[in-house]
Amino acid sequence: MYGDHSGTPEQVWSHDAYADDGDADFLALIQADGRVEPRDAMPNAYRASLVRQIAQHAHSEIIGMQPEGNWISRAPSLKRKAILMAKVQDEAGHGLYLYAAAETLGVDRSELLDKLHTGRHKYSSIFNYPTLTWADMGAIGWLVDGAAIVNQVPITRCSYGPYARAMVRICKEESFHQRQGFEILHTLSNGSPAQHAMAQDAVDRWWWPSLMMFGPPDDASPNSERSMRWGIKRFSNDELRQRFVDMTVPQAQALGLTLPDPELAYDDTTGHWRTGAIDFTELFEVIAGNGPCNAARMAHRRGAHERGQWVRDAAAAYADKHRSATATGAVA
Amino acid sequence: MSDTDIAAYALRLGDDALVLAQRMGDWIASAPQLEEDVALANIALDLLGQARALLTYAGALVLGADGGPRSEDDLTYLRDEREFVNAQLVELPDHGDFGHCIARLLVFSSWQYELYAALADSADQTLAAVAAKAVKEVDYHRDHATQWVLRLGDGTPMSRQRMQHALDAVWPHVEELFETDDLVVRLVSERVAVDPAELRTPVLAYVAAVVDRATLAVPVTTVRHSGGRRGIHTEAMGYLLAELQHLARSHPGATW
Amino acid sequence: MTEAGASAREWPLWEVFVRARRGLSHGHVGSLHAPDAAMALRNARDLYTRRQEGVSIWVVPAEAISASSPDEKDAFFDPAADKVYRHPTFYSVPDGVEHL
Repeated sequence: MYGDHSGTPEQVWSHDAYADDGDADFLALIQADGRVEPRDAMPNAYRASLVRQIAQHAHSEIIGMQPEGNWISRAPSLKRKAILMAKVQDEAGHGLYLYAAAETLGVDRSELLDKLHTGRHKYSSIFNYPTLTWADMGAIGWLVDGAAIVNQVPITRCSYGPYARAMVRICKEESFHQRQGFEILHTLSNGSPAQHAMAQDAVDRWWWPSLMMFGPPDDASPNSERSMRWGIKRFSNDELRQRFVDMTVPQAQALGLTLPDPELAYDDTTGHWRTGAIDFTELFEVIAGNGPCNAARMAHRRGAHERGQWVRDAAAAYADKHRSATATGAVA
Repeated sequence: MSDTDIAAYALRLGDDALVLAQRMGDWIASAPQLEEDVALANIALDLLGQARALLTYAGALVLGADGGPRSEDDLTYLRDEREFVNAQLVELPDHGDFGHCIARLLVFSSWQYELYAALADSADQTLAAVAAKAVKEVDYHRDHATQWVLRLGDGTPMSRQRMQHALDAVWPHVEELFETDDLVVRLVSERVAVDPAELRTPVLAYVAAVVDRATLAVPVTTVRHSGGRRGIHTEAMGYLLAELQHLARSHPGATW
Repeated sequence: MTEAGASAREWPLWEVFVRARRGLSHGHVGSLHAPDAAMALRNARDLYTRRQEGVSIWVVPAEAISASSPDEKDAFFDPAADKVYRHPTFYSVPDGVEHL
C-alpha cells in the first residue's frame, strides 16, 4: 500500500480551477457523504482529478515493486523470500485494482501506462530511493507501508465508489506488509552487532523520506481544499503526518532503534511528538527527477513493457484467430 | 530403505523446485503484462513452498556436522555448487526472454506433474504427502505454460519464431529429467521413488501435443546435456548461487 | 516495437465475478485485462482469489454489459419506492402469532 502525494505539486488540481463544482444533485450527494458511481454525472475537474490521483497511486504500486523486487533473489532465508515474493506480488495486484478503478472513469490502462512511461504521470517519489541492504526491506515495510496506511485508510471513505472499494480491498490485504517489515527490523535489531547497525542505517535513510510521503505542509498545499470539499481527501497532509509520527515513535523505541532527528520531542501540552523541520528541498529535487533512482526505475519499467510487446501482440493475434472457439459455459 | 537415500532423493526434487523458484522470482516486476507478474509470482511461490517442504525433510533425515538436523536454510545457503543436485534445465537463465521462461516451464511442469502424480503413492509417507499437495499446484503451472505456448506459437509470425527458438534452446536439457541412476533404482525397488525413465513417454506426449497445437515443431537434437544430479552444472549456476547465498553467508550464524 | 501487420490493439477489459463460497451468488469484484476468455479466467484466479476468496469465477467482456443509466434512475427505481407492501414489515401481526 503506497501513498499518493495528495496535494503535492505532483498532483494537479489547479488546471481546472474555474470549472464548476458540479450540479445540485452531485453536490447534494457529496454533502450527504454518499458515493459517486461510474456512470453518474460529475464535474470534469472531479473526474480529471480522480483519474490523476488513482493513476498516480497505481503507478506507485507498480514502480514500488522494483525496490523490493531488488532483494527477492537475495533474501537471507526461504521464509523471508516467500514473504517478500508475496508482498511484491500484492503490489502488482494493488496496481491492477487501482488501474481498474481508474478505468471506470473512462480512461484506458494502456493510456495511463503510456503516460507513466513517457514521464507525463508521476509516481510516489519514495521509490526513487535505493534499497541498499536487506534491512531496507524492513524499513520499507515498517515506515513506507506504515505511512501509506495512514495516508490510505481515509481513502476507503473516498466519495468515488470504485476507488474507495479498491482501497478497502488493498487495506485488507496490506495488513501483513507493515507487520513483516517491523518483524524484519526487530530481528535485525536484536541480532548481531552488524545486523543491528544494518537496521539503524536503514531507518536513518528512510525516516525523512517517509515523512515526506505525506506531501508538503498544509500552508504550501493550496489545492487540498477542494479535494476535501469533494470528499476525495479527508485529512490534511500535516494531520496525517502527525498521526504517523505519533504512531511510529513508540514503535521505534520498541525496536531499540533511534530516529535520526535530534529535535524529536514529546510535547506535553498537545500530547503529540514534534519533529524537527523537514527539508522539503530534497523532496522537490526527487520529484523533479533528480533522485538517486528515478532514471533506473523508469528504464526498468519501460524495458519490461517493451520486452513484453511481442508477447502481448501474440496473445491478441491468437485471440483474433480463435475468437469463435472460445470456451463458454452455462452460468448459474 | 536408507534415510540417506531418501534424503538424497528429496534433495534432488527440492533443489529442482528451489532453483526454478529462484529463476521465476526474477520475473516479478519484469513480466510482459501486470497480470502475468501476478501469475508468475504465484508459480514461484508454489515452487518455493515445495522446495521448503522437501529440503526440510531431507535435512531432518541426515544429520549435519554438529549432529543436529540441517534446516532448509542450511541446505539452501550453505551448500556449494557441487552439492546442488537439481537438473540443469531449471538453472538456465532466461535473459529476459518470456518465451524461454515458458518453454522451460512447459517441459518442467509436465515432468513435475507426472512425477508428483506417481509419487503421491510413494511408500514414504512424507514424500507422498508433499507430492499429493504439489500435484495440484503443478497442474496449474502446466496449464499456464500450455496456454502461453499456444498463444506464442500460434500468435504472430514473430512470436512463432521466438517460441520455436525457445523450445530449441531448452531441448538439449530435457533428456536429463528422465535419467535413472543407482539411487533411483534402489528407491524404486522399495516403492519410495518414481523411475524418471517411466515419465518420459507421458511427459513427451503431453508436450508434443501442446507444441503441435501451437503450430510448432518438436525440436530434434542429438545434443544432450546432463550432470545436474551429480552436481555438475552450467556456468549460470555459479551466478545464481552467488546471488542466492551471498547475504546469508556474509553473516555466519545470523538469524533473519 | 510492434511488428508490422500484427495486431497492436490492447487486451480487452473483463469484469470479474466471484462466488465467495457455496451457497452465495457470484459478486462483482473488479476487472482485469486479458487477450481472451481462457486467459481472463486464469488471470482472475491469480488476481482475485489468491487468498482463497472464491470457489467459482465468471469473467464477462466489459463491453458485453448493458447497464441502466443514471439519467434514467428516477424512472427505473423511484416507482419501487412506494411499493411498501412488497416488504414483510408492512404487515402487522397480532402478538403471539409465530412462524409467520
